[in-house]
Amino acid sequence: MPRFLLVITGFCLSMLSYAGAAEPINIGALLPMTGSVAAFGQMAWDGINTARQIEPEALGRPIEIKLADTKSEKVDSANAVSRLIEKEKVIAIIGELISGNTIAASDHAERSKIPMVSPTATNPLVNQGKNFVFRVCFTDPEQGRVAAKLALDHLHAKTVAIIYDISQDYCVGLKTFFQREFTKGGGKVLSETVYKMGDRDFTPQLSRIKTLKPDIIYAPIYYTECALIAKQAREMGLNAPILAGDGVQAPELIKLGGKAVEGLYFTAHFHVDTINTPLGKKFYELFKKQVGKELDSYTAQSADAYFIILDAIKRSGSTDPIKIRDAISSTRDFEGLTGKITIQPNGNAIKPMVVNKVQDGKFVYVTTIMP
Amino acid sequence: MTVPLDFSFAFQQLVYGLTLGCLYGLLAIGYSMVYGVLRLINFAHGDLLMVSAYFAFFGMVIFQIPWPVSFIGSVLFTAILGILIDRGAYRPIRKSPRINALITAIGVSFLLENLGLVLIGGRPKSFPLPALFEGSFVIGAVNVPALSIWTLLVTLVLLVVCAVVVKKTRIGMAMRALSRDMETVMLMGIDKDRVISFTFALGSAMAAAGGIMWCMKYPAVEPFMGVIPGLKAFVAAVLGGIGNITGAALGGLILGLIEVLFVAVEPDWSGYRDAVSFFLMIVILLTRPTGIMGERLPD
Repeated sequence: MPRFLLVITGFCLSMLSYAGAAEPINIGALLPMTGSVAAFGQMAWDGINTARQIEPEALGRPIEIKLADTKSEKVDSANAVSRLIEKEKVIAIIGELISGNTIAASDHAERSKIPMVSPTATNPLVNQGKNFVFRVCFTDPEQGRVAAKLALDHLHAKTVAIIYDISQDYCVGLKTFFQREFTKGGGKVLSETVYKMGDRDFTPQLSRIKTLKPDIIYAPIYYTECALIAKQAREMGLNAPILAGDGVQAPELIKLGGKAVEGLYFTAHFHVDTINTPLGKKFYELFKKQVGKELDSYTAQSADAYFIILDAIKRSGSTDPIKIRDAISSTRDFEGLTGKITIQPNGNAIKPMVVNKVQDGKFVYVTTIMP
Repeated sequence: MTVPLDFSFAFQQLVYGLTLGCLYGLLAIGYSMVYGVLRLINFAHGDLLMVSAYFAFFGMVIFQIPWPVSFIGSVLFTAILGILIDRGAYRPIRKSPRINALITAIGVSFLLENLGLVLIGGRPKSFPLPALFEGSFVIGAVNVPALSIWTLLVTLVLLVVCAVVVKKTRIGMAMRALSRDMETVMLMGIDKDRVISFTFALGSAMAAAGGIMWCMKYPAVEPFMGVIPGLKAFVAAVLGGIGNITGAALGGLILGLIEVLFVAVEPDWSGYRDAVSFFLMIVILLTRPTGIMGERLPD
């Protein structure tokens, strides 16, 4: 009998100690870890992990990040988000990074009432008419406007040839907004040429552009294709400056493009030289020490998405997704690492825009423009 | 938007079209050869292109081996991999219905892609271009990249090599015999498996050569890079008459030219580029299933 009691007490004690180690809070990371924009996913993953080391817990409970790979595909993105919500029981989601995949995933998050914060999806449709979908970046109408201004005033372009990817919502959207603003500003769009993600040969499109002799080429596309397009253009003697969007800021642009991408301008979310908040400095120190890579937009934006969600959990004092949603939507002047972040009622952030340039094989900061 | 065509513009497109066509052709030759002997559509062919690209990339960048050695090494390793794939995946089901082999081929293709993804990761690597292939010649107003000339040369030389092997050597005779009547060939005391292994080695080596040329032109090496070229090579092989290697090369050239000219003449329709290729394949299958050069085999 005493032995039996001992077993019982032992069992109760072990239960107690189990209850003492608080249950983790699960946050989903919906990222393209493989596929055509894998570089973004991996940069974002580095950022989220470093951010988690800075703030590893909320409400006295540790944070656990559940990663789901979207394979850079829309269908896989929709599947991955339902896996995060149904199987991993996450209470908030960071992701996706590119607009098309975020649009594909956000419906399910909206229906399941799980807040989703995209670090970098810029297309307006991402959170239009949705209550649970937010972003910590600017949107494409703003980006198109800044790009058009940059083209007209800074690059003194009067004519432009556009080349973009018809299979990506981001590219189609940004192209439309740029075109509108550029024409409004007195510029002329000479041609719009399209291709499809995964295409590798752009010689016929580019040789057509060459005959039109545009002042600049606008390429609102992703990094791999942009690097190959720049390369093939320079090879055939098409030397017009290239202007791109935030979708090219990955080291692969420079690795694949080499000399051909020198002098390429692009609108972006962030450059490491613009860090001016205490959190930003702390993050940069830790990131340099542990990861040792360049700190790019996708890393910084994803870390900010993490910090915003944590801040919302803390302010709401709850792990109820609906309360977290309300807290996210009332984020005001949060000092993230990319600057002060305010979430508007429509779910979009008000953020300054950075203009970067490729120079000597590096991304160099040019200027900041408030859209 | 249609700009009037001038002579040099047209000639320029011809150069680009031929370059792309040669790349398709190079891949299609291997595709066609394996099909010709085994009646197996080897869907993993495009992925062998990817594997060869990684072999050459690792040779040059990680191990710092001079490029000619890396290229030859890559072709050899890919040929060996081709034999291993046949041993591991296709030989055990040689006697099963043809559809089993087809499904296995798709499985092998996925296996290679995902192995690449797990072992190396999905971020594209930059394939270095040896100095020999750099630069371009300007003839009149037409810009001819040095690489285009090399691609054409490599394709022609390898086509001749393959044709000679198939038409003039003993092993080639065995390959042709095998494609006609497998049972009789075995009765004649020919080691069937050895002939098939050789076919896979040669076909894979062709894929490797195509992969290396492809990467020099489009230098982004990633695990799924072989999918689209593989499909295009399949279309080229069907176009030329699957099973016929000269036809495959010709099919590749035609496909490359059609794609480039289609986009160049009507840039607004460039989104339909792939659709045109596959539409062409459907038309060929409906109207002339044996392709341009294919001959109807007696059943």
